[in-house]
Amino acid sequence: MNRLEILRFALRGLLANKMRSALTTLGILIGVAAVILLVAVGEGSSQSIQKNIQRLGANTLTISPSFTGGGGGRGGPGGGGGQNTGPRTQARQLTLADAEALADRAAAPSVASVSPVVTAGSATATYEAASHGIGQLVGTYPSYFEAMNRQVARGTYFFNDDVLAARKVMVLGTTVAEELFGDLDPVGRQVSVSGVPFTVVGVLKESGSTGMQDADDVALAPLPAVQQSLTGFGSLGSIVVRATGASATATAQAEVTAVLNQRHGITGTAAADYRILNQATLQETVSEATGTFTVLLAAVAAISLLVGGIGITNIMLVTVTERTREIGIRKAIGAPRGAILGQFLMEATLLSLVGGLSGVLVAFAGTRFTIAGIEPVLVPSSVALALGVSVGIGLFFGGYPANRAAKLRPIQALRHE
Amino acid sequence: MTAPVLRVRDLVKEYGEGDARVRALRGVDLDVDQGDYVAIMGASGSGKSTLMNILGCLDVPTSGSYRIDGADVGLLDEHQLALLRNRRVGFVFQSFNLIPRMSALANVELPLMYGGVGQAERRSRALAALEQVGLSDRLHHEPNQLSGGQQQRVAVARALVTAPALLLADEPTGNLDTSSTRDVLDILDRLSVSGRTIVLITHEDDVAAHAKRVIRLVDGAIVEDRRQAPVDGPPPRLAEAVG
Repeated sequence: MNRLEILRFALRGLLANKMRSALTTLGILIGVAAVILLVAVGEGSSQSIQKNIQRLGANTLTISPSFTGGGGGRGGPGGGGGQNTGPRTQARQLTLADAEALADRAAAPSVASVSPVVTAGSATATYEAASHGIGQLVGTYPSYFEAMNRQVARGTYFFNDDVLAARKVMVLGTTVAEELFGDLDPVGRQVSVSGVPFTVVGVLKESGSTGMQDADDVALAPLPAVQQSLTGFGSLGSIVVRATGASATATAQAEVTAVLNQRHGITGTAAADYRILNQATLQETVSEATGTFTVLLAAVAAISLLVGGIGITNIMLVTVTERTREIGIRKAIGAPRGAILGQFLMEATLLSLVGGLSGVLVAFAGTRFTIAGIEPVLVPSSVALALGVSVGIGLFFGGYPANRAAKLRPIQALRHE
Repeated sequence: MTAPVLRVRDLVKEYGEGDARVRALRGVDLDVDQGDYVAIMGASGSGKSTLMNILGCLDVPTSGSYRIDGADVGLLDEHQLALLRNRRVGFVFQSFNLIPRMSALANVELPLMYGGVGQAERRSRALAALEQVGLSDRLHHEPNQLSGGQQQRVAVARALVTAPALLLADEPTGNLDTSSTRDVLDILDRLSVSGRTIVLITHEDDVAAHAKRVIRLVDGAIVEDRRQAPVDGPPPRLAEAVG
């Protein structure tokens, strides 16, 4: 009794009940395909979110003013809260002097560059007849380009000279450039922003939507130029700090905190009047969230795989029960226990293997399509796991009833009706 | 004188527990010699089927010893028992017990397959066994395409194909009409002439008349052991026909 003959017996057994075998296979197919596909969708969405965050620039800290807990809001009913946080002076805005202090190498050695930022809201740019409300008009220093990972596709950046001279030059995002100039090359042309003329020196590379807002609907100009013409020389909107490396962001954050606490007179338990957004922390948080999401999807899929496995168990139980008499006959003419066990195990394995492999094929085909706006990314370990589990289930749950039947005395099996 | 093919000593078989205990066999002693043709008779419930199942190694006795060809069955493990059923014993059932959806040829080849015989030899031996029972023209029919008599002849071929030391038949003609019964009994007679050891169970005197020796069981014990023809001669019916 060699393996080929056992395989032939198993095939004959399965083909005797084509419909039943097909349905069982289908159950496993769906389970395996669901595991692989859903894990791929989860992985795809997590990767696309990560990419979007990375596009905003890694290693950067964004410092923005915070008024929660500031002096103005503390006078309300429940004055006890104010006492808890100790005496507070008026919350201070971020200033250019703050930015200059952060750029001090001695106080903050982990800081590579500091870019003060002012943002003019609702600035309308016009060029000849075309006009466009710029989503974000940013006045800053040239270091901002590197910190935020923005590159110029055409033309040039603006430089420190332009900042010092407060030249009215501008780098446009692709959305703004298209709205105002269409197919024309905007470099060297003049746009007027709220009546003030700016010369376009460059156009940014397209960076794509970050999901919440259009990252290309921006215009960048030297800080003093924007302050002069649009926002006035008041406080800063934010300060973007780039750390010297990805591993230095935490140190940089500590240094920035120390410098700002000192400058703003924040000591002990007092709440800070600024907020630091760490891209690395954000990335970690988001990848944790998407990881949970992937696990959730995988759990749902695993349940369907389990149901498929129970299907195999059920079919093997039925098959063995209704063929107990046949097992008795085979034993009576001298079939060794191994041959009987082998036949039924082979049947169960064939069912789960055929179902599992076609499930993998379906999943491979499925991941070629975009599902709900997400490009699925195949995770090889999920393929191995789903296939392994399906075959394992087949062997284990198929083996149990087969073993029970193979152990019967021939006369018990023969008398079974 | 060689050792008997079958040697049974003080065989007891009980079913059930406590009050519900039934003693199907109460100490049976039996020797069957090489070439003998034994009919075991008895009313229903006399324990003859129980005896047969134990002789065929399908069931185990509660106590007592049993040797086939000198091998003590009680001492064999599961694997050796399977080998014994495969090589030394051929069993013919009352209800044929062919495997459905397998051709006559495949059914006859099955014991050889489990015995590890190569494909070419398997095929030729199965063909020879089917020719012996006169079914060369029904090789590829499945059991449900065969008549009862034909099915039983396939079953006899299956029992014979491994050339066993002992052919056991449990009421082989119980489910057959007269002409099929005659076919099967003719085959058994011919096998006996060729020296095969046969033990069959029946409750019909006509069938028992074919045997060289008739044993009668009542309530699990042997009450009569009558010889109708010598062990090394032809079975009585064939002797009459010749004489």
